[in-house]
Amino acid sequence: MKLELRGITKRFGAMTANDNVNLVAEPGQIHCLLGENGAGKSTLMNVLYGLYQADGGEILLDDKIVKFAGPGDAMAAGIGMVHQHFMLIPVFTVAENVILGHEPTKFGGLLDLDAARKQVREISDRFGFEVDPDAIVGDLPVGVQQRVEIIKALMGDAQVLVFDEPTAVLTPQETDELMAIMKQLREAGKAIIFITHKLREVKEVADKITVIRLGKIVGEASPKSTANELASMMVGRAVDLDVEKGAPKLGSPTFKISGLSAWNHAGTQVLDDINLEIREGEILVIAGVQGNGQTELTEAIIGMHGRTAGSIELDGQQLIGKNVKQVLDLGVGFVPEDRTEDGLVAEFTIAENLMLDRSDRKPFAKGLSLQLAYLKKFAQEKLQQFDIRAQGIESKASQLSGGNQQKVVLARELSRELRLLVASQPTRGLDVGSIEFVHEQIVATRDSGIPVLIVATELDEATQLGDRIAVMYKGKVVGVVPATTSRSVLGQMMAGISA
Amino acid sequence: MKQSLRTPISLAVISLIGLWLLVASTGATTMIKTATDTDIFALPDIAINTTVSSAIAFALMVLVAAASFYFARKLNKKTPLWLILIYGFGLIYGILVWLFAGATMPISALLSGALALAVPLVFGSLAGVLSERVGIVNIAIDSQLLAGAFISALAATLSHNLYVGLIGAIIGGAIVSWVLATFAIKYVVDQIIVGVVLNVLIVGITNFFYSTLFADNVSLFNQPPRFDRILIPLLGQIPVIGPVLFNQTLIVYLMYLAVAGVWVALFKTRWGLRVRAVGEYPKAADTVGIKVFRTRYISVMIGGALAGLGGAFFTLGQVGAFGKEMTNGAGYIALAALIFGRWNPIYAAFAGLLFGFAQNLQYGLAIIGSPVPSEFLLMLPYALTAIAVAGLVGKVTGPAAAGKPYIKS
Ligand SMILES: Nc1ncnc2c1ncn2[C@@H]1O[C@H](COP(=O)(O)OP(=O)(O)O)[C@@H](O)[C@H]1O
Ligand SMILES: [Mg+2]
Repeated sequence: MKLELRGITKRFGAMTANDNVNLVAEPGQIHCLLGENGAGKSTLMNVLYGLYQADGGEILLDDKIVKFAGPGDAMAAGIGMVHQHFMLIPVFTVAENVILGHEPTKFGGLLDLDAARKQVREISDRFGFEVDPDAIVGDLPVGVQQRVEIIKALMGDAQVLVFDEPTAVLTPQETDELMAIMKQLREAGKAIIFITHKLREVKEVADKITVIRLGKIVGEASPKSTANELASMMVGRAVDLDVEKGAPKLGSPTFKISGLSAWNHAGTQVLDDINLEIREGEILVIAGVQGNGQTELTEAIIGMHGRTAGSIELDGQQLIGKNVKQVLDLGVGFVPEDRTEDGLVAEFTIAENLMLDRSDRKPFAKGLSLQLAYLKKFAQEKLQQFDIRAQGIESKASQLSGGNQQKVVLARELSRELRLLVASQPTRGLDVGSIEFVHEQIVATRDSGIPVLIVATELDEATQLGDRIAVMYKGKVVGVVPATTSRSVLGQMMAGISA
Repeated sequence: MKQSLRTPISLAVISLIGLWLLVASTGATTMIKTATDTDIFALPDIAINTTVSSAIAFALMVLVAAASFYFARKLNKKTPLWLILIYGFGLIYGILVWLFAGATMPISALLSGALALAVPLVFGSLAGVLSERVGIVNIAIDSQLLAGAFISALAATLSHNLYVGLIGAIIGGAIVSWVLATFAIKYVVDQIIVGVVLNVLIVGITNFFYSTLFADNVSLFNQPPRFDRILIPLLGQIPVIGPVLFNQTLIVYLMYLAVAGVWVALFKTRWGLRVRAVGEYPKAADTVGIKVFRTRYISVMIGGALAGLGGAFFTLGQVGAFGKEMTNGAGYIALAALIFGRWNPIYAAFAGLLFGFAQNLQYGLAIIGSPVPSEFLLMLPYALTAIAVAGLVGKVTGPAAAGKPYIKS
């Protein structure tokens, strides 16, 4: 089935999220919709899916105009959607989630769960998903949850499939698997719209690329374009994706981890005899598939992990046994994995978030009173310096886009006297422009002679940013290798095979 | 994974109550009266020495606690439910015999009194289940019960017809819950606040009409007929539990149906799946074409209608007239039953029964002049349920979206 969007316009109040957008998706093709965060990609897809009503324009299926009053209509017309934030109910089983909205029933409206299981198995087997219909969705790994979303989208024989940033939450392996699934669906003759801002993925699967910026289509691009070309179209100015960094000026190893082990609350060992050293002016990247102990390692360093043994030394001071505040006070900058959860207070203003951990001391406080004038000046300065796009320093953190939230966190952490920077997936979910900026800041921190530890799940980021790479697998460090090591060797190390 | 020791440890701790019963027992004799006139065959009354019974109860509890440790550590399994039921039976048996030391315990009367007190609680908790499962916090159960009681009395008196009274109660409860739903869904007002306001408002309205209208014209407005008991043949003649469960008014039979019906509807039907989906993650429900608002209105109003029926039990089932604030806070206890019952209609009904039993026990002991302070007894079931839920059930989480308004963009 061929899908055409013609002149779609969608406004939210005064802001135009989609401005006269045209797009055609052909069966048996993967059509990439590429654009920065906030470009209006999700809005466009929500219009297509009947979740929003367009202010102008029309939707055509096989050249016939259709109108969707709600998602039910869109589904009935053969449109399936894999949402950016999974639309799954964690306490339901896979089968229950998949049938929701068009449940098979027996006499008297009773649910026919056997039929539901059969439907799940059918699709799961056809595409090799290996999903158990009776598993509780909340217990499944993210990659499998996404397959449940795909099964759900395929139910009712959908012919047009929309994937809205499906790889944002996936590990490299899971991403590869998803790419394979998308190709399979293309072979099956589906028209696929794939939304993303990750250029490697676009280049791997796209048959056709459309770039959207600030609500407008800026043009089509060939899948053969270079990543820098695509990025420049997206951002609207020349962008250089390669991280620019000179050779490191190494100092002495001021940060040392030796014999570090840790256990979780259930008593399972999550870190196993970790030994690492980072020198002044060096970036060490911890690579590995998510969930192999990286989170626990950063937690152990900043004093958030309760059950640890071994030693973590910074400038000769033992960090184990210290609490988070004491560790931060020793000059540890920390950019957490989940910025909305651990890095920011959503309901606080940008200014308040910028002084969060120092609100009790000079120069932000004098005695018991806050120095509001100073705070204002400080916040305004940081807004400028870190290019935080917001209405002003009084905007709430929750109103910012992901990229700008991350800049607030960085601005706060980097404006202290640092002796070590720890950043966990600092560019996760960010747009190209912000990624570039975050990378620059991290390199600048390194060049000021500070040891830096980065957790990365994207191999590209690991090799570009790191001076050395330590690969973790099942709580152990498989090996520490130079950043020039090949992708295939690193990939093997991530599966636990030491180089 | 290793089984946690929470269950065995809680059982062991609660067993201390059994030990205390044993230490504090005087060796007096308790008579248990089991027979009622309708029984097919009469069981003899039983005389029990309280020390012996306390010893039996304590031994039972210790054995189950030990078995529970065995299950957790040696078999690495959860303690089976039947063991916990045996434990609960031992505990209640021990407490009851001990409380009635030196007197006669009329077991059937205790149980049927308990059921009578539990009827509004059970209906109320069903209203809460239906409302919270779909994502609307229902603090206003008490107002729905009260509205049901008031309107059923009025409607039945005016029409001289009990069934008109019942229908009035259903409509009354539904209207109050409609107000709750409208403010929560359409005007996005904090659901707790609407609930509290409704509770106060309905008390005010019914008090007003009671004083201005009912008080002086009782026969005109507030003298409804009352439902007669219907004895179900055979079932109702089973000794002890027969007359308790199956010699009851229509409303009680409706309650059995309602508990089963709500359970089936919620967990076995298409409608129920959608209700629960809306209560967990309304946006996800929306994206598959489920009408979130309509689902919320309907579920909340069916709940309100059931609470109305529970209210009618006060007037048409028991007292035979409406009285000021006659729910006596039953709606709040129903709320507790709902939470202890983990938002499950059947568990909530059992919690309601347990709470009704405790209240009734208090009255029963007052009559025989027991020295045990009645406040202590009133506290006991809540304390026990709290321990049971914390220790045996574990973390209770309600529907994820309960209390959160859904704002459609
Ligand atoms: N429901 C909404 N109300 C108001 N503004 C919105 C809403 N949804 C999206 N927007 C705004 O529209 C723009 C496009 O958002 P979105 O389509 O989510 O971008 P993308 O998916 O490309 O990252 C953003 O500026 C966003 O803040
Ligand atoms: Mg989006």
